[in-house]
Amino acid sequence: MYTLKFDIEKCHNCQTQACLTRCQHLDIDREVAQREIRKIARGEDSFILHDCLTCYACEEYCTMGNHPFYLIVEQQEALNIPPVPRPLIQRAVNLGVPFRGEPEIGEVHGPVLNMAAFSDLIGLIQGRLFEGLTVISTDDRKMFHYFCQLMYLHYARSSVIKERLPGVINTINRHKPTEVICFHDECYGTYTSYCPAVGIDVPFTPIHFFEFLHRRLTELKEAIRPVGFKVAYQRPCSSRLSPDKHHFVRDIFELIGARYVEREYVDENALCCAGAIQGQRREGSRKRAIEMQRKNINDMKKAGAEVCIFNCPACFQTLGSLLSAEDIKPMYMSDLCRLAIGEKPMEWR
Amino acid sequence: MDSIYEALVNIVGKEYVSNQPEELYIYSFDLGTAEPCQPQYVVSPRATEHIQGIVRLANKEKIPIVPLGGGLSLAGLAVPLKGGILLDLKRMDSIIEVNENARYAVVECGVSQGQLTSYLEKNYPRLTHSEPGAPPAATLAGNVMIHGQGDLAQPYGFNSDLVNGLEVVLPTGEVCHIGSVAIGAGWFTNHPLPDVGLFLGWCGTTGIITKLSIRLFPCKRIRGVGTFVLEHEDLVPEAVYKLTHTQMAEDIVAFSSAIPPFASELQQITVNIAADSEKELEFKQEILWDDTLGEYIHRGEGAYLGFVRHLQRPQISKTSDYKKGGGFEYVGSIVPIQRYPECYRKGREISERHGIPYTVTGRCVGAGHSMMFAWTFAFNRADPETIIQARKALHETDDLVLQLGGVIWKPGTYGQKLILERLDPGTKELMGKIKRLIDPNGIMNPGNWEVA
Ligand SMILES: Cc1cc2nc3c(=O)[nH]c(=O)nc-3n(C[C@H](O)[C@H](O)[C@H](O)COP(=O)(O)OP(=O)(O)OC[C@H]3O[C@@H](n4cnc5c(N)ncnc54)[C@H](O)[C@@H]3O)c2cc1C
Ligand code: SF4
Ligand code: SF4
Repeated sequence: MYTLKFDIEKCHNCQTQACLTRCQHLDIDREVAQREIRKIARGEDSFILHDCLTCYACEEYCTMGNHPFYLIVEQQEALNIPPVPRPLIQRAVNLGVPFRGEPEIGEVHGPVLNMAAFSDLIGLIQGRLFEGLTVISTDDRKMFHYFCQLMYLHYARSSVIKERLPGVINTINRHKPTEVICFHDECYGTYTSYCPAVGIDVPFTPIHFFEFLHRRLTELKEAIRPVGFKVAYQRPCSSRLSPDKHHFVRDIFELIGARYVEREYVDENALCCAGAIQGQRREGSRKRAIEMQRKNINDMKKAGAEVCIFNCPACFQTLGSLLSAEDIKPMYMSDLCRLAIGEKPMEWR
Repeated sequence: MDSIYEALVNIVGKEYVSNQPEELYIYSFDLGTAEPCQPQYVVSPRATEHIQGIVRLANKEKIPIVPLGGGLSLAGLAVPLKGGILLDLKRMDSIIEVNENARYAVVECGVSQGQLTSYLEKNYPRLTHSEPGAPPAATLAGNVMIHGQGDLAQPYGFNSDLVNGLEVVLPTGEVCHIGSVAIGAGWFTNHPLPDVGLFLGWCGTTGIITKLSIRLFPCKRIRGVGTFVLEHEDLVPEAVYKLTHTQMAEDIVAFSSAIPPFASELQQITVNIAADSEKELEFKQEILWDDTLGEYIHRGEGAYLGFVRHLQRPQISKTSDYKKGGGFEYVGSIVPIQRYPECYRKGREISERHGIPYTVTGRCVGAGHSMMFAWTFAFNRADPETIIQARKALHETDDLVLQLGGVIWKPGTYGQKLILERLDPGTKELMGKIKRLIDPNGIMNPGNWEVA
């Protein structure tokens, strides 16, 4: 079985306890943080296990390369303290079960773009940026064969991830990719952060979607016409697993002349979409989620954003219509990039 | 020379009559498991007078007439069981009047649900109607003819209760009006004249609706669907009861299905909510999710899945697509909501016995007054064995409905037989008298509701 590599020694030597002291949702000082993280690591109950909103951020805040969030999730499962009610766990676990036959596997021997569980968003990967690129997981009836499973971190179900992920990796690998460009950064986080943390072998090279877009835009530089919009960026929870790639957001905006607005809730201080929070068991979760969304959107408005850029379809679904109602246009990063090279994204009005 | 064909051509014109095998073939079956039956003629009238002419001809020739709207009621209700003239009503598609203040629309019988929805969205955005989950080509007339229910069923009940008036061509060719319009007072109410409601629910066996007035309702600026999931079917009746008490939902639907797997074994309840402002929306959400269903969350038995803005109408069941071959039919029933757990459990059993992934849905009708509970059976059109299995499952489910103390909704011939066997003899006799009186030659959609 795969075991999480969490090194309690690092916590003993840690000068910051940033994992918990920086948590935006729990008010914790260093002393409490030190005590609680050790309790969790020893397998004891801690209020953190009950109150954590599963925003993933502590995974980024830890300066020592430890895995506080993965630890929290493992212990929530071990001590049966799930953040969400039982039927939501059952529903989510069943969601990832493939049910309409096996995928068709073609060997590629080159780079592939993996749509994972978002096959129906194929409209987002059209045009010159994606020319010549082989796409896998294009059939939404079979996409769960490519589903990275990391979503179960929100459901205290590390066991499900560990059980299913090797099979998913095998399916992808049967395409014989040289590089796997991950449409969703949750997949990227899975293969570059979670897998090494628990010892699952990843036999291919994952590429972050924004890194790919940046690379392609650089190649198509001649075609770029500055878009000029004032943009905000909705950072998804899973991007906390690949903070080293987060700079591509700014890099892309710079390259295509999007004006990145100055905000309070940005980068390490970003607020998640709260989609995973609204259904949690803790008293007042729905209202908590709404308040976070309000804070987030008001911050974008205050900063003068005209467009909000997304990586994650789940964030898009959660925040999209709320933003539209405030006259901020929700848009995927790939669509913004397509606009910059003079293409018309699907459904562009 | 085919004299009936000629006579039909004289009534509606050559372009709108056919006795060609390829066209007759198309009209010989519906989407469900009913055995195909071919009509001898297909005719598409454009006016009430055309229908009168056709009905008179049919009486003279003693040939059946089968009215067809969208043909989406399944159960073989518009399949010409005894051949005859298939009356395709889709050309009668004028929206005659929308009265904004009195909130009703007068439409011809071929007007489809989708047509009215888009017409209202474009011209009367503050009005809406109770649209069923059927594909948008379903007609309003066909829907009230089978006592359908739409996405405002929770506050307002069956669509056939929302009829303000009718224009009907009787089986002998006369035209009559029902409701306030009968005295030329406009189409705003079905009451208070003596009740001659002899048409709704009769599947066209007592007359052909040519026009109807249907009630419209306020359409709020924000409309959307919230979903709640419960871990056990026994919790559904109480949860729905509590939801109806708030009087804040537009539609409450509970469902569970084996495929897709996320819906399996759990009971999901969708609640349509409408509001004119964010303030109103949040007020309603707080009452519905936090105050009313919060206790289930607290106990870990239930969970809030979120609220999605923008109502996708109709909220069509995609179940037909889950099984290869795209066929599906369902048994619908009207049952007390308390029966939901048994309906779910027994329906599942029947599905599993016939190797069909189960799908069940219950829509709350009125303030918890009843529920339209449906068991869907998917099959592969290209595989006769799966059709046979689905048909068996449908018949078993018809029996089940009656065992559970429910009433089969829009029964096919098998279900109609079961109902007639149990029907109060006095009621049956009355129905027979009406039928003999009103349709002396028995030409109207024969094979359905055969009481005479
Ligand atoms: C996926 C799916 C989902 C559905 N969901 C719903 C739902 O949520 N609610 C609901 O109520 N129904 C639902 N239905 C059932 C059905 O499709 C609808 O009730 C539909 O409105 C029926 O209208 P139609 O025009 O298709 O009727 P048809 O099938 O054409 O006709 C129904 C009956 O009425 C007779 N008839 C038709 N027009 C006239 C007329 N003008 N005068 C006299 N008799 C006439 C026909 O002979 C037939 O007996 C669903 C069906 C499907 C396939
Ligand atoms: S998890 Fe990281 S940040 Fe937290 S105490 Fe341990 S080493 Fe420090
Ligand atoms: S996941 Fe988020 S809410 Fe939970 S402890 Fe870490 S930072 Fe705090």
